[in-house]
Formats: sequence, C-alpha cells, structure tokens
Amino acid sequence: MGDVARIVLKRLGLGLLTLFVISILIFSAVEMLPGDIAQAVLGQGATEENVAAMREQLGLDRPAPVRYLEWLSGAVVGDFGVSLVSGANVSQSIGPRFANTLFLAAYAAVIAVPIAIMLGVVVALLRNSVFDRVANVATLTSISSPEFFLGYILILFFAVKTGYFPALAKISDDMSFWEVLNRTFLPALTMVLVVMAHMMRMTRAAIISLLSSPYIEMARLKGTPAWKVIVHHALPNAWAPIINVVALNLAYLITGVVLVEVVFVYPGIGQLLVDAVTKRDFPVVQACCLIFAATFILLNLAADVGAILTNPRLRHPK
Amino acid sequence: MDKRTESELIERMAREAKQGRLSRRDFMHFALAAGITASTATGLWSTKIAHAAPSKGGTFRWGIHDGNTSDTHDPGTYVTRQMIFLAHQYRSYLTQITPTNGLGPDLATSWEATPDAKQWTFELNKNATFHSGKPVTANDVVASINHHRGEKTTSAAKALLTDVADVMADGDHTVVVKMSRGNADLPWLMTDYHLAICPANDDGTIDWQSGDGCGPYKIDNGEFGVSWSLSRHDGWHGEGAYFDGVEMIILNDPNARQTALVTGDVDCVSLVDLKTLALLERNPNIVVDNVPSGAAITLPMFCDTPPFDDVNVRNALKLSIDRQSIIDKIAFGAATMGNDFHLAPSQPYFPKDIPQREYDPDQAKSLLKKAGAEGLTVDIHTADSVFSGAVDLCVLYAEHAKKAGININVVREPNDGYYSDVWLKEEFTAVSWGARPTPDVMFTLAYKSDAAWNESHWQNERFNELLLQAKAELDEGLREEMYHEMCLLMRNDGGTIIPFFNNFVYARRNNVKHGPNLAASWSCDGARAPSRWWFEG
Repeated sequence: MGDVARIVLKRLGLGLLTLFVISILIFSAVEMLPGDIAQAVLGQGATEENVAAMREQLGLDRPAPVRYLEWLSGAVVGDFGVSLVSGANVSQSIGPRFANTLFLAAYAAVIAVPIAIMLGVVVALLRNSVFDRVANVATLTSISSPEFFLGYILILFFAVKTGYFPALAKISDDMSFWEVLNRTFLPALTMVLVVMAHMMRMTRAAIISLLSSPYIEMARLKGTPAWKVIVHHALPNAWAPIINVVALNLAYLITGVVLVEVVFVYPGIGQLLVDAVTKRDFPVVQACCLIFAATFILLNLAADVGAILTNPRLRHPK
Repeated sequence: MDKRTESELIERMAREAKQGRLSRRDFMHFALAAGITASTATGLWSTKIAHAAPSKGGTFRWGIHDGNTSDTHDPGTYVTRQMIFLAHQYRSYLTQITPTNGLGPDLATSWEATPDAKQWTFELNKNATFHSGKPVTANDVVASINHHRGEKTTSAAKALLTDVADVMADGDHTVVVKMSRGNADLPWLMTDYHLAICPANDDGTIDWQSGDGCGPYKIDNGEFGVSWSLSRHDGWHGEGAYFDGVEMIILNDPNARQTALVTGDVDCVSLVDLKTLALLERNPNIVVDNVPSGAAITLPMFCDTPPFDDVNVRNALKLSIDRQSIIDKIAFGAATMGNDFHLAPSQPYFPKDIPQREYDPDQAKSLLKKAGAEGLTVDIHTADSVFSGAVDLCVLYAEHAKKAGININVVREPNDGYYSDVWLKEEFTAVSWGARPTPDVMFTLAYKSDAAWNESHWQNERFNELLLQAKAELDEGLREEMYHEMCLLMRNDGGTIIPFFNNFVYARRNNVKHGPNLAASWSCDGARAPSRWWFEG
C-alpha cells in the first residue's frame, strides 16, 4: 500500500500545481474581460466622477499583480474576499449556492450512473441487436442536443402539456425533501440525458473489448453462464475506464450545469457565475472558477486512484 | 334589439364599467337607451359590476426579468429591474407617476414653489410609518436626498440633483429644497427610482442596509437574484395594496418567464419576448398589456465628425430609414414611431403637430448631392445587448439606406462592455434609453451641449438657451411652446435618429385585474403593479 500512498501524494501535488497555474489563468482572463466594473455596477447612468470614485473605493486603481497575490493568499485559506458589487462575503454567498449545485449533481448522478452502467452492460451483451441500436441512437441524440434545448423540450412535455412537474425549480428551506425532489426533477433529468450516453458507451466499449480476450473465451468454454462471465470476469477488469468516464461526467454535472440552472431558474453556483460575469464581480467569478477547477482536479484524482486500486499493474509503472 | 346583441351590449358595458371607463350614471343612461328597464339595469349594475371593484387578498406571484445576485439595497446604485421593482414595493418616494402619467402624491401630500422655481416646499403625509413602526419625518427625507449629493457619493442620481443647493427640514413634516437655479420639474424628479426614502441615522446618513422602508409591502425574506417574499405593510399611508403578499421571482430567461406564466407558476411577468407575443396572446388564460412608453431606441451620430458634420448628411440618414418596416419586423408592432426628437406621445409636453418624418430615399439622395457626399459609406456600431434585435435593426436599416445610395456597414460589437467601450466612443452607434419623467431631464442628460452623455456631440445655441429658460418656467403654456421649438430643432438639426419608442409589453393571468390606465414610466404599471392591481374576487 506504500506504493499507492506515494502515487496518490504525487498526483495530489501535481493537482495543486495545476490549480496554481489555473489560478493565474483565471485571474488574467478576468482582468482581460472588456468593460469596467465600476461602470457595470453603476449602470449606464453613471458619470465619470462616479466611476472614478467607485474605482478608488474598490481599490481597482492598484496594479494587477498586487491584487493577484492578495487574492491568492486569501483563497488558500478559503477567504475569497468580498463581492465588489454588493460587499457581501464571497465564501458565504457561494456556500449555499454550491450546496444546491452539488445536490442537483448528486440527484442526477444517482439516476444516471447505475442506469448508464447497467445499460452499457446489457447493450454489450446484446450488441448489434435492435435494442443496442435504439439505445445508442437515443442516448446519442440526447447528448448531441444542447442542454437548454433538452430542458425546454422536457418543460414543454412535462410542465406545459401535462403539468406533471413544475417548470420552475425554485426551492426553499421550508420545503420537504420530497417536494424538493419533485421540483428539481426536470433539471436533474436534463442532466441525466446529457451525461448518460458517454458513460453507457464507454461501458459498452470496455466490456466488448474484454469479451474477445482469451480468458473470457476460456470461461465461456467452461460453460459459465453469460451473466456470470460479465459480472465475475469482465466487469472487474473494465472498472478502470468506466471509473474514469464516470468521474469525468460527475465533474461535468457540477461544472456544466450553468445553462440548466438558467433555464430552470435553479439557485445554484452556475447562475451565480453568470450574474457575476455580467457584473464584472471579479472575486465571485474567480472563486467560482477556482471551485470548478478544483472539482475537476479532485474528481480526476479520484478516478486515477480508483483505476490504480482496481488494476494492480498500474501500481508498478515500467 | 334582439336578445343576442342586447346581451353583447351589456357584456361590453359591464367590461367598460369594470375597467372604470364607465360610471354608474353613464351605465344607467346607456342601458335605458338600449331599452332595458330601470330596475333591470339597477340589478345588472349591482350583480355584474359592483363586485368587480378591487378586492383584497391573495399572494401576487410576479416573475421579473433583469435581476442579479450582486444587487444591493443601496438606492444610489439601483440599476437592475429587480432593484427598481423591489424598491417600489418596500420603499416610498415623495411623489409618483400616476396610471394616467400625471404627477401624484406618495409621501408628500402637497408641494409648491416660489415664483422663480428656486425653492420648493414639500408637505409630508403625517400617517406614514416605516416597517419598523417609526414615523416618517422630514429628517428621513433630508438624509435620503443627501445620500445622492455631495463630493463622495457614488449615487447614479447625483447628476439629477446638481442644481439642488440645500435640503432642509422645517418641522417634522415639511421639507424645503433650495435650488441654485430654478427648476420647475423638481417634483417630477422626485419620482426617480433612486430617490427612495429610507430611515435616517443620527449622523445624517441613511440606513439602507437593513431593508427597512415605508412602502406598501415589507420584506419578509429574500435573496438578491433569486426571489423575494413580501407582506402587506398595514401602516401604509397610500391607497391600494390589495394583495396580502407579493412574491417576486427573478426569471432572467425569457423562456422560463413565459413558461412560468403559462403553467400558472406566476401571476404576472414583467417582460414578454416579442418574438412569441402572438402565440402568448392566443392563450385564453393570459392577458397581454402593451403600453406605449417613453423608452427610446436612438442611433446617434457625432455632429462634429465628418461626414456627419453636415446637416444634410444627417438628415439624409434620417430620411433613409423605413420606420414602419423597422417597427413591424424588429419590434413586432409593439412600439410607437419616433420622429427624431426625444419625446414620446405618452410623455408630458409632447408636440402633437410636428409632422412625422417619412421614408424618402429620393429626398435623401438630393440632400446628399447638396452635401457633395453621394455614394456615402458609414459604419454603424451595435450589439445584441443594446436590446434584442439591435443588430437586426441595423442590418435592416442598411438595406433601406441602399435605396438612397448610402452604404451602411453594420459592425457587431461584443455584448459585454458595450456602454463603456463603444457608446460615446464610436461615431455612429445604436443605443437604448429608459424613459425619463420630463423632457428637461432627457434633454439635459443627452442633448445639452456640455452634457456628459451628449451622444451625438450636438451643439445648438438656441436649444441650450431654451433649455435653461424652460427649466425655470412655471407657466405651462410658455413651457409647452419652448419644448415644441426644441423638438423641432432636434428633429431638423440634431444628430440622433430615433426610429421608435418601444412599448412596455408584460402579461398576466386573466384573474389579475387592474384599473383603466397603466403608467408608462416602468413596466407593470410604473413598477407599482403589486400596490395597484388585485385578484378578481
């Protein structure tokens, strides 16, 4: 196990380095946004004196590297500063929003991951059958449509035409758990449709490639039932690529929800990011981006570790 | 009269009466004339119409556009619709724009000026209280106005109050405003959405942070950019506030907004996407309000830069835009035609007798010839964020102008930062303006020679002279004449093309009722729908 710990530590260090580079990228990208925060805060109605007073108040007249270092030293200890626009504490305002996003991602993942993997196994067994083709076409269609379009279609059928689910995913603290599940069902379903195809097809490909290996043939020749071949022999060796694609899609569920949140008016971090970008609220934009980057890096790390644990060969690189 | 037409007539009269357009006396008069007996008519009036008076109760769920997480309660930085709409519910103003677009009382019950319009006295309503229970006094008003004045203020309303020399309390319920220059419009300016009255602190600043106000509704809880829930403020000094509660839900996505209205998740939405207006109107459960406003789309060109420094070129460009076609195709009919002066028919002092400028490529051609600028090529800068359809408008304009031999290149700019990087910097741009309460405010902001936002770099001596005179003129007739002449100057010499004034288009469920008129100052009855509208009983 010492090997595993070393590899994990090494990957963690690499992740931190990546995060550092990303932080520089984020800061410079936000600096390069056209327009001016003071102008954006005060609106079209501001005079030049107003804008100058606002810039001074916010400390925007100081050089960028100084502001970067200040920001980074705060971010390391979880302090993302205060919003330039509202003066609210960024960490505090992001907290509940990020929790909402995580909830939606978890909701979608709980539905999508098991269904995708099971479907992947089934279509691998029945490959080239009608069922295989239908499943492929259906999931490919849904993954090829933009999220907002899928969202609108679901709203049209499940909210406007039939009224089964509400069109607005407006949740509040005083709602029961079941009500929250009901209200967020359509956005979750949209996310499910978006990520399913990827996971299902990867599972299918991994299983099919294994099914042609000699040891599977051996198992078959021994007369092992088909399901047992899959569950006991093929699947354990297919975990590595499947875990990878699942992790990638989990990351997408968290960071890619921006459009879905806008369409369903769900108070998550994506909506917050959109608001902050239009307002040039640097601290919020930077904090959101950094959280997204960290999510990606962490889930990739988890995927690597998972792959290593399920495949001992990876522990001993040549 | 057969039975059918009779009942149709009664229905129509009932509808008119419910909307307040027909008094009981007129109703009886028409009913008797239509051959209905007096007793039947009296019965009809009481059963069909009387109960249509505003009824109390219910929670008004209002889907609004343009809300941001980073908004605040600071009245000086109000900018999004969320802030403006919310402000009109939980805060009060000295005066208000009434549904008939006149000036009415809010916190101030009366106001008067000295003959030179240099000193104004406002009497406050003695019954007004804040949600905390504290009575509203002159000190609160003074502090609230001072929030937008002085060197250090970051308030966007600073420019409105530059002529204010001093604001003083005279007793508990009288406020005196002294001006450095006469301004006959001051009571109108007090309707500006920034000038909300907040409780004063002891040091003369205001407490805007707590969200306490003296408006018809008080905030129970809410979050910027998400939603707000409010309940009736029982100590409110005004009329109306029929709903028990108001729920404001920020729905920035036009589709989400309309879907929420269609599925009944909200009772009213503040902005309807014009592209789907026709579809929405077909829904029997939904009523669309299409209200002409003073909000304008302008195409300013720099009058001090060639080729626009020649008035013939400017007028040629004004003549080569087919306004009707622009209104039909870009605004989907929801607009009033502009006539190149910045005053809409829904606003005070609108000069009715100035002829409408028509599309006339031939005349444009001859003007260009006179200017020696035949085969003119110009760039127009625009972005979709100016308003939905701004790029299309310019492309369509370019097509119209071809007939006059003018070649217009449409330069599409990024949406972000349009107003800081393009507007006032490029020579020919597309701009969207909100409505201003009076001609003076609008003209001073964007057409006075030294205005910070003189977007057309227009310099006209006579115009500036008239502007100063009209500002302090309390004689309505004289003022009207002055504004008439100023509008003519803008139309014939100015550097701004005004293709149209866009309507406010909003929609409600059909169980939501409102009075016969709707204010044109903001969407949803001057942003006061929750305190003026009611649910059908």
